Amino acid sequence: MKNVLLMLLAVVLLPAFSVLNTGYNIGDTAADFRLKNVDGQLYSLSDIKDAKGYVVVFTCNVCPYAKGYEQRIIDLHKQYAPQGYPVVAINPNDPAVQAGDSFEEMQKLAKAHSYPFLYLFDEKQEVYPLYGATKTPHVFLLDKNRVVKYVGAIDDSPEDAAGAEVHYLANAIEALKMGKDPEPAVTRAIGCGIKKKKS
Amino acid sequence: MVKRVFGFLNRVLWHGFYHRMGTMNRNFFFTVLLLSAVQLSAQRVVSFDELSVRLKTESDTLYLVNFWATWCAPCVAELPYFEALHEKYRDRPFKVLLVSLDYKSQVAKRVSPFIQANHIQSEVVVLSEKDPNRWLPKVSEEWTGAIPATLVFDKSRRVFLEQSFESLRDLELVLQPFLAP
Repeated sequence: MKNVLLMLLAVVLLPAFSVLNTGYNIGDTAADFRLKNVDGQLYSLSDIKDAKGYVVVFTCNVCPYAKGYEQRIIDLHKQYAPQGYPVVAINPNDPAVQAGDSFEEMQKLAKAHSYPFLYLFDEKQEVYPLYGATKTPHVFLLDKNRVVKYVGAIDDSPEDAAGAEVHYLANAIEALKMGKDPEPAVTRAIGCGIKKKKS
Repeated sequence: MVKRVFGFLNRVLWHGFYHRMGTMNRNFFFTVLLLSAVQLSAQRVVSFDELSVRLKTESDTLYLVNFWATWCAPCVAELPYFEALHEKYRDRPFKVLLVSLDYKSQVAKRVSPFIQANHIQSEVVVLSEKDPNRWLPKVSEEWTGAIPATLVFDKSRRVFLEQSFESLRDLELVLQPFLAP
């Protein structure tokens, strides 16, 4: 009986563990993609001219943590896009699970808050599993060859932007600019779990 | 002298009040007192250091700790399963602790009303701590930071699951190896 229960437990646990093994590690080359932007056009990373790197941010419309970081993501883009490190935001959520994350709502939000960066929709939910994003916001900093240099949090203070003491992402971009490897290269952050299509 | 007079008055008033209430009212009175005490503790805001001492045990109690937030839909959806287990195993050395990751500024506005409206019986604490990168791995090295997340432990074993539970049965299955004699 005990063995049966342990086997059942293993069945329950396996999917959870397999999640940990997917996605990119530091040093992996990330795949490019072709996703629809809020302007209705399809974009790939390779369409961004003169990029020295890419700040790929999985984020969404409604998650309180994504909202809490929205202005900080805009500010990061304004600071670093002119230096060659643009933000590329991707909404990975299934609007059937979370209506507020529909493409139309993305368009409204991007317009209302004048997003200066691409805000793409991972409609088929094929990109976020490749990257290994588990939540919003979840950041992947790539160099110009799409090699993953940093994964994780934007800073150490989700609730209070002004209270941030360690700016993990900005520090990582600065390191990349200097040709150095970011330290830390991986951080963890609280976020809203990505809303998967229900099978 | 003043103290004695005051004490005497206090006793007379208290007894008068108390006697006039009758048994039913008296029980009600104490229930209200007890409930308000529970409610007060239900919204306790803790630091990670305060929480971390509760994430291990030397006793025979089995702990089921769930990390959630009022804004997290899958978290809210699975809370009834935790509540059901809290009720089901109330005669065992078993403890459910619900750790809210709502922002501290939302405790009065959202967490307390949520606990009241949903009659949450399990203990709730609100974790207020900066830099998740520092404390997330102390809960579990496996935790990337998504919620809901659940930690089950007794004095000898520990299971951490960064996932949601679709049914009470799914959640109970995780407890089974701990409960088996």
